[in-house]
Amino acid sequence: MYLTKEEEKILQGEQGEVPERMLRLLVQLGDIYGADKMIPVGSVQVAGVSYKSIADPGTEFLEDLSRKGAKVKVLTFLNPAGMDLENWETLKFPKEFAKNQLRIMNAFKSMGIVITATCTPYLAGNLPRFREHIAWSESSAISFSNSVIGARTNREGGPSALAAAILGKTPNYGFHLWENRQPTIRVNIETDLTFDADFGALGYHVGKQVKNKIPYFTGIKNADTDQLKSLGAAMAASGAVALYHIEELTPEADLVKKDNLETITVTKKELDEAYAKLNTGKEPDIVILGCPHASLREISAVAEKLKGKKLRKPVWVCTSRMMKEAAERMGYSDIIEKAGGYIVADTCMVVSPIEDMGYKTTGVNSGKAGNYLPGFCKQNVCFANLHKLLEAAL
Amino acid sequence: MMKGRTISPGKVKGIALVSKEPIGFYGGINIKTGIVIEKGHPLEGKNVKDKILVFPCGKGSTVGSYVIYGLQKNGVAPKGIINKETETIVATGVILAGIPCIDKIDIDQINDGDTVVLNADNATVEVAK
Repeated sequence: MYLTKEEEKILQGEQGEVPERMLRLLVQLGDIYGADKMIPVGSVQVAGVSYKSIADPGTEFLEDLSRKGAKVKVLTFLNPAGMDLENWETLKFPKEFAKNQLRIMNAFKSMGIVITATCTPYLAGNLPRFREHIAWSESSAISFSNSVIGARTNREGGPSALAAAILGKTPNYGFHLWENRQPTIRVNIETDLTFDADFGALGYHVGKQVKNKIPYFTGIKNADTDQLKSLGAAMAASGAVALYHIEELTPEADLVKKDNLETITVTKKELDEAYAKLNTGKEPDIVILGCPHASLREISAVAEKLKGKKLRKPVWVCTSRMMKEAAERMGYSDIIEKAGGYIVADTCMVVSPIEDMGYKTTGVNSGKAGNYLPGFCKQNVCFANLHKLLEAAL
Repeated sequence: MMKGRTISPGKVKGIALVSKEPIGFYGGINIKTGIVIEKGHPLEGKNVKDKILVFPCGKGSTVGSYVIYGLQKNGVAPKGIINKETETIVATGVILAGIPCIDKIDIDQINDGDTVVLNADNATVEVAK
């Protein structure tokens, strides 16, 4: 890989230990994947924030960087933490967990990273443009920015995204190059998709089928950004899909080559099977919405459903601090809280320690959450659309 | 002897633990014990500690890199990793953790329980018959 004089100097340690170590990691990755040079990135999204996910070794890694004076060069946002950073006591997050989580947040803050804690940076103030090079490492946000916005990012690991933030650069390979953004499989949809959960179930099924291929969807008549975020998140969790195209809906669909592709078809039968596979539980103890983090539109739909009602079971709506702020202003928070639910910011059901909070069965409308909860959170899952889930909790 | 591509250098010998399905380290493997916890995964309940872990490619969350690093720090990491195609999440993890890893290997030639010599310094894999 070609390195500039300045980059050579960084590798010789002229800017200190941290930039040297970080650039070394990126150059190693660049050499493996055939990058020709380093390119500047417009923004970074760093994953690996919850104490539950990265545990002591990850926490110590970050604190070490922070102690050594690591600073980011570009706008850098953070993935969800393991708890609501403001209301963790009210929501009964364990004290010891909170202490460790705050250590992590302090380490990130000292590096100049914006303490956003959301998996939807594009809804919270970090919005790339079409064809902008970025280095993001939240699998659902990677999928959204690559596919729906047409920005360009590889699937960065937590540490490689952090390295890109500290240097303001990433190696030029993979999805940064147009030739690697071409679809490798056609997915023909022959069923109606109505609810957000349908897109989650579809994504769960397709991700398992196509693994790390680039799907080109046909037959999806319409989808809003909430549904696309749900689709992409599920495909990135059950598979490793970082980029997809949808005929007439996503910005690169018209531009890519789509001749002679292997084709798979999804009918109502496959969608029903995906619902059945995702359902491992009977009655939820808790309903958790907002995976990926809920948009204002999703929060208002919950508020409308809960207006003037009383919940029998807890309902959490996970979102970013920014959306929560808007929900409060619009009175949605008030409605949801009066019904007995919570708007939980900064975290989600996957990265928070719900298994230690007494919950055994969780109701979700997210294919991504349905994929992770059984293994990582020891939860049975009830997977259904928003309306059914809330009716079951009332 | 099979020749592949070096992802992270080093030479190790060990028993192969083979998965035909991709592995998602985050949510798939317990960082403290090394046990595979993903429900329905072919390796569910097996421990990756000290094994030569063989699987086609990574999947799922980008936090997987930290899980690989954490497995190493907790002393329960695999000795080495062999892939058909190593993607960036696994590559970042093994480089950071210093776990020998190579890819571009026809993993169908390796059976569960085989003794394998993984030499990532010259990108070769040898299966002892």
